[in-house]
Amino acid sequence: MTIKTSTQPVSLEALRAGDRESFARLVDAYSTPLYRLALRLVGDPQEAEDVLQETFLNAYRGLAGFGSRSSLGTWLYRIATNQALMRLRRKEPQQVSVDEPPIGPEGELPRQLFDWCCLPEEDFMTAGAQAELEAAIAALSPTLRSVFVLRDLHGLSTEETAEVLEISPAAVKTRLLRARLKLRERLSGYFTERAREAGYG
Amino acid sequence: MARRPECEQLLTELSEYLDGTAQEELCAQIERHLAECDDCTVVLNTIQKTVLLYRQVEARTELSSEVRRRL
Repeated sequence: MTIKTSTQPVSLEALRAGDRESFARLVDAYSTPLYRLALRLVGDPQEAEDVLQETFLNAYRGLAGFGSRSSLGTWLYRIATNQALMRLRRKEPQQVSVDEPPIGPEGELPRQLFDWCCLPEEDFMTAGAQAELEAAIAALSPTLRSVFVLRDLHGLSTEETAEVLEISPAAVKTRLLRARLKLRERLSGYFTERAREAGYG
Repeated sequence: MARRPECEQLLTELSEYLDGTAQEELCAQIERHLAECDDCTVVLNTIQKTVLLYRQVEARTELSSEVRRRL
């Protein structure tokens, strides 16, 4: 599993036996990656904290029934993702759809074709650039955002992401491509402007 | 983007190429196309940069000690 945690793996046997110290270590190991995941999905620090609390509470209650078919990390990611998507569904039911239309010639074909990678690094760190990055990912549908966050930001494999989201590996691949193209297109619009202002274009 | 059929084909295979999961033969085919197509090279470079920028943002997101205490 490629999920990065801050401490050593926690013993599943000890967790199942209700060992509190092991559970505290589990919380310590996974709280940062799960908080980052929740924050990206729900977009609000307070809600992300709530998702984190619910995730560990559900994990604690569900540990006895946890089979070892998936890894502990994948299982926790699934609980956290489900909690986050459930909240989004309550707020905007139409936004969280199971199906995504196929990539069409009009949809995601790249239009912005300036290579803005030449911009100096500090131009990507400005408040405006950071706000654009936030706005672009927030504008993705939760369906695309969850795949992008799990695959590209948290480093889960296609199969692990499919397991977390309970979709097929093929659907993960299609959604990841769509998400990458949409983000690229939007950021290209913004950074191409900055590059032209700076005289690169 | 140039509407050449090879460019549209490449787009569907881009993720596998970026993730290093494309077969050797497909990689060679994609690289041949990239060598002669500036538009597709820009798309590839800017997708890689996009992902990198988000990874940098993610790495800076920390859980406050106050929240950690409340867990």
